Amino acid sequence: MAIKKFVVGCFDDEAVLFPAVKKVRRAGYKIHEVYTPFPIHGLDKAMGLKDTDLDTAGFIYGITGTATALGFISWIFTSDWPLNIGGKPHFSLPAWIPITFELTVLFSAVGMTLTFCYLCQMAPFVKKDHFNLRSTDDLFVMAIEITEKTNEAEAVAFLQSLGAMDVKVDRKETKWWLGRYDKETKIFGMKEREAV
Amino acid sequence: MRLIARRLKLENMALLRYESQVRAPLIEDNKDYHQVTVDICRPVEARPTRLWWIGFSISVLLLCFGIVSVTMEVIYGVGQWNLNKTVGWGWDITNFVWWIGIGHAGTLISAILLLFRQGWRTGVNRAAEAMTIFAVICAGQFPIWHMGRVWLAFFVLPYPNTRGVLWPNFNSALLWDVFAISTYFTVSLLFWYSGLLPDLATLRDRARLKWRKFFYGVAAFGWTGSTKTWQRFETLALVLAGLSTPLVLSVHTIVSFDFATSVVPGWHTTIFPPYFVAGAIFSGFAMVQTLLVVTRKVLGLEQYITIEHVDVMNKVIVLTGSIVGIAYLTELFVSWYSANPYESFAFAQNRVNLSSPYGWSYYIMMGCNVLSPQIFWIRKMRRNLLVTFFMSILVNIGMWFERFVIIVTSVYRDYLPSAWSTYYRPSIWEVGFYMGTFGLFFTCYFLFAKFFPVIAVAEIKHILKRSGENYKAKMDVVEHESIEQFTEKHAHDHGA
Repeated sequence: MAIKKFVVGCFDDEAVLFPAVKKVRRAGYKIHEVYTPFPIHGLDKAMGLKDTDLDTAGFIYGITGTATALGFISWIFTSDWPLNIGGKPHFSLPAWIPITFELTVLFSAVGMTLTFCYLCQMAPFVKKDHFNLRSTDDLFVMAIEITEKTNEAEAVAFLQSLGAMDVKVDRKETKWWLGRYDKETKIFGMKEREAV
Repeated sequence: MRLIARRLKLENMALLRYESQVRAPLIEDNKDYHQVTVDICRPVEARPTRLWWIGFSISVLLLCFGIVSVTMEVIYGVGQWNLNKTVGWGWDITNFVWWIGIGHAGTLISAILLLFRQGWRTGVNRAAEAMTIFAVICAGQFPIWHMGRVWLAFFVLPYPNTRGVLWPNFNSALLWDVFAISTYFTVSLLFWYSGLLPDLATLRDRARLKWRKFFYGVAAFGWTGSTKTWQRFETLALVLAGLSTPLVLSVHTIVSFDFATSVVPGWHTTIFPPYFVAGAIFSGFAMVQTLLVVTRKVLGLEQYITIEHVDVMNKVIVLTGSIVGIAYLTELFVSWYSANPYESFAFAQNRVNLSSPYGWSYYIMMGCNVLSPQIFWIRKMRRNLLVTFFMSILVNIGMWFERFVIIVTSVYRDYLPSAWSTYYRPSIWEVGFYMGTFGLFFTCYFLFAKFFPVIAVAEIKHILKRSGENYKAKMDVVEHESIEQFTEKHAHDHGA
């Protein structure tokens, strides 16, 4: 688990954040992530993120549900235990539409939500770091990753020039880790940083 | 127009979120992002008030009454209820359909209005979705306990069992119900909880106390609010909304199939699915009004759940109430026009005839559901909180009687006139069970209002710059600029 360095800047308005994101990218810095208190439409495009395929996954889960319901009911009613209900045909598709529909929705919704949690690595008891606690309140926090090539001081000055407040250098472990929230929040690598 | 739009876009980011002044602001007063967080989190972070304790205690008491009633039913069987030969489900199924109907407004507000891009949904969707989930839980109690031997409830599930190769009947409307309601509950829960995640993270990051950090930390699933997460989150919300929209319509359709697929006069009508769905939305919105008119006052959220919200929901009530009214009249007309003696007996004799044993219930239904909501054609009445609260209660009473009328008046006089003298009157345990579900519902709601933000914080922030009063005021200047002035000003900037 490598420890990486980040330059972290906070913005208090998305109207300032947007041009900043573009300029930071144009200047060749690598944006690690932008944390926002609410979804900002177009920010993913501005950051150059790919579209998510979650909707395709939802469709696949959905047709799995359709196939499951139709296959299961027709197997039961035509081969496993064909019930004679008033001499009506065993394969009575119209009567199965409600259950088929419900299972389509159920599979799709449950599958998508689980996939969402998996992709975002979210579950109860998972703890992650997002640099600034106010990023779930009113700040838009941009973290730029620092490599050997980046000049730290320059990056800080650049972010400040773009309107970021409270710009600082932070060190983080890059992997997600498990932890508990009731423990005092300590930033990983604190000792090391103090030594520096 | 497109040119202007492009210019506006380039002019200022804030203009992107521009919304016409014709629409009243949805967030009143001078708010910024932090103030929104503080306002909505305040009731969650403060100690419970005396009013909360009183309400919560009453709910728990009612719940206890319900538990006693159900226990009596489990010990002595369904015979504890005053059901008789022809009225095989009295209050029980009435309450079931009533609660399920109430449970439709939440998903309607959160899903259908999301697809329609209605900004006002953000103020009320969280509470309405919570209400949906609790109402569905309450509804589910009725068929389960009505089974009598409730420990065998799992027989309804299709699984390879030891009773011979015996499967449930997939052609039965009652089994469709099992699938519809369990799916509806699951999907509503996923929708609600995934929407809660960002707000739980906000509470987690604001928490000072140890148990709060732990509780909200666990509950927030490690939410960070990164752009990638939001991107996936929005896709998830949109697709779940797309799925929930036909789902919410299907659930009450299937509930109406419980009746419509039978051959009982008064039930055997093709109008039932749309009529039930409209009724469900109608009663659901009434319940949302009942809860929110009180919640906004008690939690001091008047600036987020504004009179504008109340007004809009009252419009939905008058619309759906009128749809329900047309459905009632259509039913009456068809019963006469069909020239079917059984059908016209069910309507003309058992319902419309005031001197028949249950005639009174038909007029309560008509009065509460069709006539009384018409008051909401008047704007002043729509925006009056007292009238709204009173009307919401009236509508809920009316909608309860609608189900009662459909169920009891259709079956209490069957094809055997010698059985007609039996007048169905609920026993104390039937009433107690119903009261108990109120206890369950309000206990859940009070806990929800105490531990979770009743308004979606992130969503309010999302519309703040578009619909906030202070932001709209800034836009006022732009709106009153004539097109000539505007183009004059921006003619030579080339979008720079």
